[in-house]
Amino acid sequence: MPLTPDLETLRREIRGYAREYGLDFFEVYFEVIGHDQMNEIAAYGGFPTRYPHWRFGMEYEHLKKSYTYGLHRIYEMVINNDPCTAYLLESNALVDQKIVMAHVYGHSDFFKNNVWFSRTNRKMLDEMANHATRVRRYMEKNGVEVVEDFVDQCLSIESLIDPHSQFFARQRPREDKPEGEEEDKQVVHRLRSKDYMMNFINPPQFLEAQRQRLEDDRLKARRIPEEPVRDVMKFLIDHAPIENWQREVLAIIRDEAYYFAPQGQTKIMNEGWASYWHSKIMTEKALTDAEVIDYADHHSGTVASHPGRLNPYKLGLELYKDIEDRWNRGRFGKEYDECDDHREKRDWDLHLGLGREKIFEVRRIHNDVTFLDAFLTPEFCADQRLFTFGYNKKTGTYNITAREFKKIKDQLLFGLTNHGQPFIFVTDANHDNRGELFLEHRHEGLDLKVDWARETLRNIHKIWTRPVHLMTVVEEKRKILSFDGADYAERDTTDDVAVA
Amino acid sequence: MIPGPIQGDAVTIMARIEQDHNRFKQIVRGRIKGNLRKYITRGELIGRKGKDLISIPLPQIDLPRFVFEPRQKGGVGQGEGDIGSVIGVGENEGTGEAGDAPGQHVMEVDVPLEELARILGEELQLPSIQNKGRKNIVTEKDRYTGIAMAGPESLRHFKRTYKEALKRQIASGTYSPLNPAIIPIRKDKRYRSWRVSRMPECNAAIIYMMDVSGSMGEEQKEIVRIESFWIDTWLRSQYQGIQVRYIVHDAEAREVDQETFYHTRESGGTVISSAYKLCDRMIAKYFPPDEWNIYLFHFSDGDNWSQGDTEECFTILRELLVPRSNMFCYGQVESPYGTGQFLADLKENFSAVEKVVVSQIESKEAIYASIKEFLGKGR
Repeated sequence: MPLTPDLETLRREIRGYAREYGLDFFEVYFEVIGHDQMNEIAAYGGFPTRYPHWRFGMEYEHLKKSYTYGLHRIYEMVINNDPCTAYLLESNALVDQKIVMAHVYGHSDFFKNNVWFSRTNRKMLDEMANHATRVRRYMEKNGVEVVEDFVDQCLSIESLIDPHSQFFARQRPREDKPEGEEEDKQVVHRLRSKDYMMNFINPPQFLEAQRQRLEDDRLKARRIPEEPVRDVMKFLIDHAPIENWQREVLAIIRDEAYYFAPQGQTKIMNEGWASYWHSKIMTEKALTDAEVIDYADHHSGTVASHPGRLNPYKLGLELYKDIEDRWNRGRFGKEYDECDDHREKRDWDLHLGLGREKIFEVRRIHNDVTFLDAFLTPEFCADQRLFTFGYNKKTGTYNITAREFKKIKDQLLFGLTNHGQPFIFVTDANHDNRGELFLEHRHEGLDLKVDWARETLRNIHKIWTRPVHLMTVVEEKRKILSFDGADYAERDTTDDVAVA
Repeated sequence: MIPGPIQGDAVTIMARIEQDHNRFKQIVRGRIKGNLRKYITRGELIGRKGKDLISIPLPQIDLPRFVFEPRQKGGVGQGEGDIGSVIGVGENEGTGEAGDAPGQHVMEVDVPLEELARILGEELQLPSIQNKGRKNIVTEKDRYTGIAMAGPESLRHFKRTYKEALKRQIASGTYSPLNPAIIPIRKDKRYRSWRVSRMPECNAAIIYMMDVSGSMGEEQKEIVRIESFWIDTWLRSQYQGIQVRYIVHDAEAREVDQETFYHTRESGGTVISSAYKLCDRMIAKYFPPDEWNIYLFHFSDGDNWSQGDTEECFTILRELLVPRSNMFCYGQVESPYGTGQFLADLKENFSAVEKVVVSQIESKEAIYASIKEFLGKGR
C-alpha cells in the first residue's frame, strides 16, 4: 500500500530536512505493509520476488515465530536500488514512521555515495525478478527437486567470492606472444659485466636461482589456476563440467552474493550513518513536543547494547559522532597525537569545524574494516566500555578477556575482515594430475567447523564431480580433508601452503 | 516516475512465501520421517511434549558452509564488567550424546502431535482404526459459523458492527476524518451466530497395565514408557477425547496416575490375574463396552507367580476382557531373571484369537517393530 496522505505529508517534510543537511539520496519509494507481509519480504532478503527455495520458508517461519512471541519487530526495510524501495510497518506509531523515514533517507544516501556500493546493480529489483523467472523455468524443464538440490549446493559456497575483485582486475590479461619469443624467455638472464668480472657479478648460485625461477614460472603458466583464486564460484562457473542451466544458476547465485556483499562490508557504517541522520533530523527538526518521550524510547531501543554483542547501530553512530567532534576541534594529526599533556589534550580545540565535511567523506570512501582501522581510538574504546570476550572451555561460558585498546581493535577487525568468514582459495584444479580440485584455507588463527566443512566439500564435489580436497589446520596440525564422492578422508600433511 | 514494485502484487507474494514455507515444512517432515526410528528408540521426545505440540530436535537442516569453529571465535562487546566476568553461557550442544558430532547445529521444530501421529502412521504403515461405531450415541456441538442481524449483545461482533456503521456513515455523509467517531445504530449491529452439529460419538479408552515386580528394572520401564507414549500418540490421533487409565501390579494391583505408573519401583512377586481382575472391574464401572472402544495393554517380564494363576488369567481374558475390548495387547520385555513363560503360554492359548496381540520387546530397538505389531491391525 502506498503512503496515506498523512504519511505523504510527513515524507515530504522529512525529505526536505534530509536535503537541507546535504544528504544526496536515490529517490525513495515507500510502501506501508502489515507485519505478516513484512516478515515475508524480510525472509526474501528485502525483495518481493526471489527464486523459489525452502530456505526462504525457513527464514519466514523463524521470523513469524519470533514476531508472535514478541521477540522482534521489523520497523522498516530498505533496498539498495534506484529508486530505493523502503517498507514501513503499518502498525508503527506516527513518530516511529518519522524516525524510520529519516533513517531510510540516511541509508539511501549511503547506498548512493559509498564507493563499495558503486558496482552494485541499481536495478536489482528487476534483476531478482528475472533470476526468479529463470530458475522457475529451469525447474519446469528439469524438475523442481533437481534444481532445488543444485541451488542448495550453490548456496553452500555462496560466501566464496572475492568482493574486492569488483574494483580491479585480479588476473592480468595474458600477454599473447608469438611462439618464437616464448623460447627467448627461457634463456637465463645475466647481469651486464666486463668479461673478467663475469663470475663475480653472475656467480653460479645466482644463475641457478634465475634458472629455477624461470622454471617455476613456466610450470605456473601450465597450472590452473595460475594464482590461487578466491572467487571459487567464478572458478567453478568457468571450469566445472556442468550443464548450461547449472552454470546459469551458479551465476545467478554468485550475482546475488556480490550484490549483498557491500551490505555485509558496511553494516556498522551504514546503520551508524542512518542512525546518525535519524537522530539529527528528529532532534533538530522534525520532533514535536508531544513525541519526545516516544522518540527517546524508540531511539534507545535502536541503539541499546547487550553485553557480549556489539550493536552496529550504536557503534557506528558513536563513531561518526566522535569523528565529527574530533574534526570540529582539530583533535587529529601529528601535533595532537604527539601531545602528551593529558589536560591539554582533553581541552584541545582548534575550532576547525571540519566535522560535518569529514563524516561525509568517511561515508564515501570507507568500509567497516577501514572505518574502524582509521578511526577507532583508545579514548573511544574506553568511553564506550568496549571489551573482548572469549569462550572458556572449563566453565563453558563466555568471559570478558581484555579491555586493552589493541586487543579490542584486533578482535574487531578480525571479526569484520571478509565478513567474519574464512578465506578459501582454489589452488589447483588438476591435483595429482587427476583432475581433482584442491582448495586451501588461509589459516589465520581460527579453525574451521570441521563437520560443516565436510558437508560443504560434499556439495562442492557434486558440482566438480571429481574428488575435492581442502587443506586447513585442525588443532594446530595441518590437514587435508577430502571427499571423493563416497567417503571422507582426513590426513596430516606437510605440503607447502600456496596461500599465506 | 517511481515504479511500484509490489503494487497489486500482494496476492502472488503470499502464494510465493507459502510455497516456500510449505516446501520447508515438507523437508522437515521428511527429516522427521527419516529419523523416526531413532526418535522412537531414544525416547527423548517424551520430555518435549507440550499440550498440542511436540518440539523435535532436528539435525542440521541449514546449508553447510565453510565457517569458523564458533567456540574459538570470541568477539567484542560493550558494557560494564571486569576481566573474567561471565557474559554468557555457551550453548549446550549435543545434549546427552557425548561424541555424537560435537557442535552440531540443532534446530527445534514444533510439530503438532496429530502430524507426528500421521507421520508415524505413514512410516509404520498403520491402518486407520475401524471404529466400533456407536451410531446411536450422538453428541451435539455448537460452533460459531456465521453472522446474524439479531442476537444477544454478548455475542456482538465488534469489527463487523463497526464496519457496517462506518459504511453507513460514509454513505450518508456523516463521517468526518477529523472527528472519526463511529456510532452504530440498531441495524448496523451484527452478531455471531452458531450452528449445532450432530456427531456420532466414539469413545475410546486405553488401560495400561504394568508389572512392577522386583524383576522389572529401570530399563524395562523405560521401554514401556516409550512404547506407550507412541501408542498413545497414535490412538489419540484416531479418537477425540481418549481416556487413559493406568494399573500397576505386583502380587496386588492398584490404579495409579501417569506419573506413578512410570516411576514406581516396587518389589515382590507377580500375580498377573490381580491386574486383569482390577481391569475388569474398571471396565464394568467406567467403560460399558457397548459404548466404548477399549484398548488394553499389558507389559510384563512374563514371570507369573504360578501356573495356576496363569490359568486364571486366561479364564478372565477369554471370558471377560477379550470379548469386551477392541484389542488386548501383551508386550513382554526381557527379564534378566526369569523365563518369560507367560508369553509362550499366551501364544499357545490365544494364537487363534485375532484380538489378542503379543509382542516381545527385547530392547529399545525392538520398540519400533513392536508398535507395528500392536497397531498394525487397525482394530
